Amino acid sequence: MSIGQTFLGLLEAGPRHGYDLKRAYDDRFGRDRPLHYGQVYATLSRLLRNGLVEVDGIEPGEGPERKRYAVTHAGVTDVQRWLASPEKPDPYLQSTLYTKVVLALVTGRPASDLLDTQRAEHLRLMRELTRRKSDGDLADQLVCDHALFHLEADLRWLELTAARLDDLRRAVTA
Amino acid sequence: MTGPLLVADDLHKSFGPTPALAGASFRIAAGEIVSIMGPSGSGKSTLLHCLAGIVAPDSGRVAYQDRDMVAMSDRERSALRRSQFGFVFQFGQLVPELTCLENVALPLRLERVRRREAERRARDWLDRLEVTDLAGKRPGEISGGQGQRVAMARALATAPRVIFADEPTGALDSLNGERVMRLLTGAARDTKAAVVLVTHEARVAAYADREVVVRDGRTRDLARAA
Repeated sequence: MSIGQTFLGLLEAGPRHGYDLKRAYDDRFGRDRPLHYGQVYATLSRLLRNGLVEVDGIEPGEGPERKRYAVTHAGVTDVQRWLASPEKPDPYLQSTLYTKVVLALVTGRPASDLLDTQRAEHLRLMRELTRRKSDGDLADQLVCDHALFHLEADLRWLELTAARLDDLRRAVTA
Repeated sequence: MTGPLLVADDLHKSFGPTPALAGASFRIAAGEIVSIMGPSGSGKSTLLHCLAGIVAPDSGRVAYQDRDMVAMSDRERSALRRSQFGFVFQFGQLVPELTCLENVALPLRLERVRRREAERRARDWLDRLEVTDLAGKRPGEISGGQGQRVAMARALATAPRVIFADEPTGALDSLNGERVMRLLTGAARDTKAAVVLVTHEARVAAYADREVVVRDGRTRDLARAA
């Protein structure tokens, strides 16, 4: 997740203080992983340095002064470019699961137990996300669905691998 | 959790020379939702049919509330299915000549509930499953997702203690499948019915409380394996 570009997008609606930006970010995108204040101010400093945001005003507070940030024209162009570029799909070619299965087969350990244990853990998480989705709003449903489809893909791989274990064992121990 | 409502031990079943079940066991408590997963041909539908008393195992025991279902007469098993069990299959299997309301009322009429009362209860279930407007339509006039919700209303109308659902979302797109699962599990939890859910889709199985995996006719309870 690009925090910088997400900040720029949030600032398009109007100038905000760093604290407000953090809150808006956490509400929409960071429920499971809220931002640290250090990340917020380091990101804003970088955006400021690169001319993508500017200080729109400074208000005195009880503590340090509060800066209000606004997105610049260059910042809007940067968000536009980011949204228009496709994300690189993760090829998942070297997963830990694959390594564990091969290692179990090479060392003569029961790979099917490993697959079943992993399957149970995936299903446990899928049940948890399904409950969360049922109780949540549309944003929660979208986030959980994304995770559920990926977990389902893993499970299909686990199922297929379980069905091919004998062939795989012969291939890796030949 | 109370004791098991439905128990199967060491089931064997072959169709000709092909073994479908080779030592499968299963148990479900009242109000529990359990999914049965496994690849095509693993024996999961045969297990469901044995549990529901539709198919008799070659050997092994199936007991509902401690009553041996294998030893029952066909008439006793039919009566048990009508009064205690509800069924939802992949393709609704509604009676095409009847309206949706008549389809839902049908199992109640078979239990000798008077027409007016049967249709009142049927209408309540159609409301509950968000298909009130379909009461007067015939199955050929509605979509697959709507048909599946009518089929669920029919399965729930007799207040069954166990609902058997065999690939209930198999013919639906993701959005309709999700709606069907949300309504099915919600209604089952509200009425404290147990659900035996056969599926090959993990996202559907995730609506259950736990999973049993069938491979080569044998069962494995992952919750106990992990």
